Amino acid sequence: MERRGTRWALGGWTTLVVLFLWAPLALIMVYAFNKSNVQSWPIPGFTTHWFHVAWQASEVRSAVWLSVQAALLATSIAIVLGSAAAFAIARFRFFGREAVSFLLLLPIALPGIVTGMALNSFFTFSHIVPSLTTIVIGHSTFCVVIVYNNVLARLRRSSPSLLEASADLGADGWHTFRFVIWPVLSTALVAGGLLAFALSFDEVVVTFFTAGAQNTLPLLIFGYIRLGQQLPVVNAIAFAMIVLTVIPVALAQRLMRDTGVLRRGASALAATK
Amino acid sequence: MATQAPVSRAQQKLAATSPAVRLIGIRRTYGDVVAIDRLDLDIAESEFFTLLGPSGSGKTTTLRVIAGFEQPDEGHVELGGVDVTRVPPFERDVNTVFQDYALFPHMSVQDNVEYGLRVKGMSRRERRVKAQEVLERVRLPQVASRKPLQLSGGQRQRVALARAIVNSPSVLLLDEPLGALDLKLRQEMQVFLKALQRDLGITFVYVTHDQEEALTMSDRMAVFNEGQIEQIGSPAEVYEHPQTEFVAGFVGVSNVIERDGRRITVRPEKIHMRADDGGSGEPGVVREVVYVGMVTRYVVDLDSGGELVVIRQNLETSSQQALEDRDKRVRLDWKPEHTYEIGKEG
Repeated sequence: MERRGTRWALGGWTTLVVLFLWAPLALIMVYAFNKSNVQSWPIPGFTTHWFHVAWQASEVRSAVWLSVQAALLATSIAIVLGSAAAFAIARFRFFGREAVSFLLLLPIALPGIVTGMALNSFFTFSHIVPSLTTIVIGHSTFCVVIVYNNVLARLRRSSPSLLEASADLGADGWHTFRFVIWPVLSTALVAGGLLAFALSFDEVVVTFFTAGAQNTLPLLIFGYIRLGQQLPVVNAIAFAMIVLTVIPVALAQRLMRDTGVLRRGASALAATK
Repeated sequence: MATQAPVSRAQQKLAATSPAVRLIGIRRTYGDVVAIDRLDLDIAESEFFTLLGPSGSGKTTTLRVIAGFEQPDEGHVELGGVDVTRVPPFERDVNTVFQDYALFPHMSVQDNVEYGLRVKGMSRRERRVKAQEVLERVRLPQVASRKPLQLSGGQRQRVALARAIVNSPSVLLLDEPLGALDLKLRQEMQVFLKALQRDLGITFVYVTHDQEEALTMSDRMAVFNEGQIEQIGSPAEVYEHPQTEFVAGFVGVSNVIERDGRRITVRPEKIHMRADDGGSGEPGVVREVVYVGMVTRYVVDLDSGGELVVIRQNLETSSQQALEDRDKRVRLDWKPEHTYEIGKEG
């Protein structure tokens, strides 16, 4: 048992860490309601005007839509390719297995700027016009890894005899999929998918090199901030995004808690991040 | 088993006179490795039959061929007289207790046990009742709502057992089910499993590498070595009349000596050892003494070649006295009916 002094010190330290993480976010959330368009403390008055401005701006709307499309598509591709790759790596031994596993993991370790430049040169070289497609391809490189890692961790932990046990108890392929494979994997897929979506949604570096004339939301915000324009609108958008992000994260946490299997799944998820 | 199954209960009842399991000329290879070869085996109705052997001897492959997880390259599998060689596992009237239990982690104990009944379309109420009955039989009625991860190893083992027997299969396959348990629990479960088998009257096919387990529980056993069966018989037959050197060594202690061109074996507890008095018996020197609590184990180098292990109960001997026997000259004696001549290896 730790002594009282230690406990106080630990408590104080924890508070500092939490503050360190959350104070900037809290500040932005307060500024989103700032009456003045100059960021100064304390804010002179309260308004929801900037939300209105952000909502009306067609630039912002199309950026959000593009980001959502890109994230949805990249996540879908990641779920299909990532889980297929995880199955192959977990269940079969074949020539080049380690190499494939390494190549899949590499994109997440590579600096985004390298991936981005490489893709950019490749697209220029093959005369592919930057568009939504190129953004999705860029995002898929790291989204696939996220799903792959999650599903692989789940498969490695679940006994391969589960499928045999199901067949042994009289279940055909369909029953086995419905009652065993899907429930065992679904939470890993959902958790991996949510994380992949989140990563794609706020990606700047790779997107910068692969996007065409259209802006994704992060690129738009980046542009606003660089030019020092529309800062109150950026704050309003940030507020909305924080609120919207809390929902899937809370959901993912719940999913992990409900099923006893997933405790280690959660730490695997944390490890990928 | 569902009605569309080619091997229905009725058919199997009709063939009641056939053995519960019959393997004919089974061969199974993995690439260049021959797991089992030319294997013939009959297991009778309601028999507790053990496949005993070291790892890699083909006993688990044999079990998996019976379950249907492995297709033999050659040969036939019959259950109750019906050829099921090409029948998939989910249509065979056998159930398996897996070595790692293979409990479904996302289901409660209750749902795990009900699984087989559920996929066969039994009504919810009926399966509740049956599952509860079986959980009581394995003495686990109070954990029905828990998840497998919340159970101890011993409890999981019994859930796996319950999940298999709730389907009343004609044959129950057990793949080293006690391997992960500690010694005390293992011994309790041996007694429990034997009683359960007698109660249910189901044929048990039990895979183990533990000779004590095999001797304790089996009605008959087959000793496997390198993909083939070396000997089939009751525990007493196999232990007292090992037919090959491998069996002599694997089931019990290898006590084989060569005399007059004949290879004979004597079980260590059948040997009488006394201080060398120049009388009858094999003279030798005690090379090693191991005190094991209930008994003391001696390794004796014989003057005429070879060595024998002798086991003596510590009726009046203390560990100190036993250890003093090292390097002493002794004479070993045994009754001629306790020695068996064995064939050449293989």
